[in-house]
Amino acid sequence: MRSFDYRCAADRTEALSMADTAQARFLGGGTNLVDLMRQNIEAPAALVDVSRLPAAIEETPDGGLIIGAAVRNSAAAAHPAVRTRYPMLSRAILAGASAQIRNMATIAGNILQRTRCPYFYDAAGSRCNKREPGIGCDAIDGFNRYHAIFGGSEHCIATHPSDMCVALAALDATVHLAGPGGERSVPLLDFHRLPGDHPEIETALRPGELITEIELAPSAAAANSTYRKVRDRSSYAFALVSIAAGLQLVAGKIEHVRIAVGGVAAKPWRATRAEQVLLGQAPTRERFLEAADAELAAARTFDGNAFKVELVKRTTAAVLSELAGVDA
Amino acid sequence: MSKLQNAIVGGVRTAMSYVPSSWLPGGKPDPLIARRVTLGTQQPRVDGPDKVRGAARFAAEVPMEGLLYAACVHSTIARGRIAALDVSVAEAAPGVVLVMTHRNAPKMALPPPIGLTNLKAAGNSILPVMQDPDIRWNGQAIAVVLAETQEQADHAASLVKARYEAVAARTRFETAKADARTPDSLMIEKNQLKKGDVQAAFQAAARRVDAVYRTPWHNHNPIEPNAATIVWSGDRLIVHDATQMLNGTAGSLAKVFGIKESQVHVSSPFVGGGFGGKGLWDHQILGAAAAKLAGRPVRIALSRAGMHRLIGGRSPTEQRVALSAEADGKLTGLIHHGFSVKPQHSVCDEAFTLSGRSLYASDSVDIVQHTLDLDVLANTFMRAPGEAPGTFALECAMDELAHALGMDPIELRRRNVSDGDPITGAPHSQSDMMLAYELGAERFGWHRRVAAPRSLKDGEWRLGMGCATGSFPYARMPGMSARITIDDNGHATVSSAAHEMGMGTTTVQQQHAADRLGLPLDRVTVRIGDTSLPFGSFAGGSSQTASLGAAINAASAKLASQLLRLAGNDTPLAGLKVGDIEFADGGLRKIDDSSRHESFVSILKRAARREVSVTGESGAPLEMLKFSMHSRSAIFCELRVSDVTGEIRIDRLVGCFDCGRILNPRTAASQFRGGMIMGIGMALTEETLFDERTGRVMSASIADYHVPVHLDVPDIDVLWTDIADPRTPMGARGIGEIGITGVAAAIANAAFNATGKRVRDLPLTPDKFLFA
Repeated sequence: MRSFDYRCAADRTEALSMADTAQARFLGGGTNLVDLMRQNIEAPAALVDVSRLPAAIEETPDGGLIIGAAVRNSAAAAHPAVRTRYPMLSRAILAGASAQIRNMATIAGNILQRTRCPYFYDAAGSRCNKREPGIGCDAIDGFNRYHAIFGGSEHCIATHPSDMCVALAALDATVHLAGPGGERSVPLLDFHRLPGDHPEIETALRPGELITEIELAPSAAAANSTYRKVRDRSSYAFALVSIAAGLQLVAGKIEHVRIAVGGVAAKPWRATRAEQVLLGQAPTRERFLEAADAELAAARTFDGNAFKVELVKRTTAAVLSELAGVDA
Repeated sequence: MSKLQNAIVGGVRTAMSYVPSSWLPGGKPDPLIARRVTLGTQQPRVDGPDKVRGAARFAAEVPMEGLLYAACVHSTIARGRIAALDVSVAEAAPGVVLVMTHRNAPKMALPPPIGLTNLKAAGNSILPVMQDPDIRWNGQAIAVVLAETQEQADHAASLVKARYEAVAARTRFETAKADARTPDSLMIEKNQLKKGDVQAAFQAAARRVDAVYRTPWHNHNPIEPNAATIVWSGDRLIVHDATQMLNGTAGSLAKVFGIKESQVHVSSPFVGGGFGGKGLWDHQILGAAAAKLAGRPVRIALSRAGMHRLIGGRSPTEQRVALSAEADGKLTGLIHHGFSVKPQHSVCDEAFTLSGRSLYASDSVDIVQHTLDLDVLANTFMRAPGEAPGTFALECAMDELAHALGMDPIELRRRNVSDGDPITGAPHSQSDMMLAYELGAERFGWHRRVAAPRSLKDGEWRLGMGCATGSFPYARMPGMSARITIDDNGHATVSSAAHEMGMGTTTVQQQHAADRLGLPLDRVTVRIGDTSLPFGSFAGGSSQTASLGAAINAASAKLASQLLRLAGNDTPLAGLKVGDIEFADGGLRKIDDSSRHESFVSILKRAARREVSVTGESGAPLEMLKFSMHSRSAIFCELRVSDVTGEIRIDRLVGCFDCGRILNPRTAASQFRGGMIMGIGMALTEETLFDERTGRVMSASIADYHVPVHLDVPDIDVLWTDIADPRTPMGARGIGEIGITGVAAAIANAAFNATGKRVRDLPLTPDKFLFA
């Protein structure tokens, strides 16, 4: 870890003015960024601590929620409105990391965490196009059990590790930003980027921009929703595959459905093809499997992760069956 | 080192086979077996309160004036040489005092390897340490940075730039099989073993099974990473180490630096878990060398990543086990073949074929294992080396055979359990594996098991039960010494360079000494963990309790003699000989006659002595030559496997252990449970990601190397037969390692019972059951 300046911002204006160099980074709970600095993967010249910015969860007039960027993961998961109106979000947050890490980690930090690809983390001994564009990717022919089956490129097949973001993707969350050029909003689904030719560019964030809030619109599919994570050990492991889903039935037909898949791409993967298959249909296990198949048609697998296709299919069908109250 | 028994036995077995058992130490059972006061009772750990309060000081916490912090730079190729090494930027970095490389490191001799005859050797690897530009494994230390803070050292280490001339490295298990070696011996037990006509047995058999089982690389991840704080005081080397080999480390460092053993002082009062990984590795040598170069004390505390690069792990194994049997289940043939990795510079045989030689009687056997020489960090001992992977393969095969026979797996074992050693015919000192099965089966509720696989379901979860045998040999180390000092208050202090890695050594030996000397617990102090104390053998092979117990016993005999002499003639003991007296009530008395008793205080006072002090030694473990001495366990598992995801959740584990007498139920239960939890890790989650393209470990953190978390660990019930072994001190056999054995097999067997799918490759990750 190289030496760096530490600045603690009291409010948003101060935070933006403190992040005055291209090499400054905003610091939330530090549960990922500090690790990356210790591994010499990140070497910011300055950290601007935004973890003490106002952090509230507020209801919007239309019945949605605005969650402050500095809200701790634990606080968001425990919030009554999150638990009752967006249960998948609460469950997704609680499926991530450990209690200690969730107590520290912020909402914005969770969104901005970087991949856990072991080759990305091994700065001294492995090749990674995220760390060093153009050098090559050791994961494509290496250990890729945790890697992407959707949206990968010849340069990178890393996955985004967040559980929370999978739920946010299913909920069509909006990311509010403030930066030197003013304020703007980006749909979460457009916030993370697929690797393409530039795996080193991971988000839509512009230099000096700060995530200020996450906004959840009211959603008819959110109340009856859940999150299921499949992993190699019962806790404190990243998802092999995870499913965030919500479902509303009207007169025995699927009126609203939201499905997002984690552990399969460089971004939380919204399963829009699967959703299209299901809208207006009667909920049956066969239909759910068919929907998963429609989504998985685009999957591309590698030696270590071919099992994910079947795992996504079965888990999707199981989660939707549970939400619809039909036999799995 | 767990194979020490085999080694010692093998060395002189032939010559000793005629020795009648009554000649042997332990031939007359230890009287403490019948006369237990505190032994056998629940006692809390002596070291517990200090550890809970954070007052126990570990190796990386010893404060020193002018301390420098070390960080290692690791190679990124597996084989070749350093072509260029630029340390100039690192040297100029803030806080850096020096950078040591092969160019400026002191001349050092090769570390002597852990051996069977030299207890002063602790080297896990016999490669030169930073003496040349050659690279021998991916992760080898190529430079050590010393700086004023750990952060400065870590940062500067990242600034060292190396260029290599790489040559083709041998890193692939499958490829290396073509050049596999077949050692004559495993330690010095004969490797290849044939009895009867296996081919004929298999042809004639009513049932046979034949399968290949695989276990992956495992890495050591105890709660305390390997660390040492080191200072040279003139020509004396002082090492505060985290070690399970105090005297071995001292002796080895003396050889490496060309000084006398008496010039090396190693201290290690507390060790945060050993498991075989806390011997002598490169970091202690590099730390001492760097301290010498800098003329200042050095702390070298390995990061988790550093541990994965510098501390060896358990070799992967590929094992073929084939069993043939009559229709009634009687084994007629046993084949156990396979491969493990053992580079030429490693000292550790992963002797996975040994348990199969002692567990079951078979008319014919064909056993041999082969080793693969790879360009990797030396593999090493890890809790139950050999037996942990060996029992996985053998006990899964037994389950497969039971299924093929349509027989209850416990019944199959009952029909084949060996009465004595099945190969040599040596009698058991004590063994009652089937009692362990009976007690365990009753506690577990084995009768509720449905034999047909894939029978029970609870929602999406398929339910199953399985069992397996665990096994570990008894060992007692020669050379272990203990000093007993009785002061004029009648307080006893027992001292030995033994090791407390959290097992309860101090606690149990306090109980032992109290009972041995006829004292209450609070009048006995046990001091261990420092080479200034009487010589200690290493804490390995589950041998320390027996070894230290034998040493204390030997010292107590000398103490009785010395006290009797001091007592003179003006004593109620006058005229008695050593054979007539025993320790009781804080003194000596005529055996079973409390009217003739004198206290330690009285004896010392009359003799005008402040204290009396004697040292005793654990003699040659001749009992191991005459008897087949093994502990056994019966492990039971109930679990569920998701029909959706293939995830396994263990609902219950029961372990019933036949390990001689249990000395302290509280510490013993903790050892058994800990071993079984490690078995859960072996079964479900632990796997080193060794990239065969580069020889690099890609799981060099505990986020990536999955030890079980709390949620993976279910209710674990442990019980024991508690039958005294008449050939051992206190009637006890070691219990540190057996807990892990058999667990992975019991879990895999239960998973088969649940799903009908037999997975033979560990760990049992969800993807392997997805298509069950």
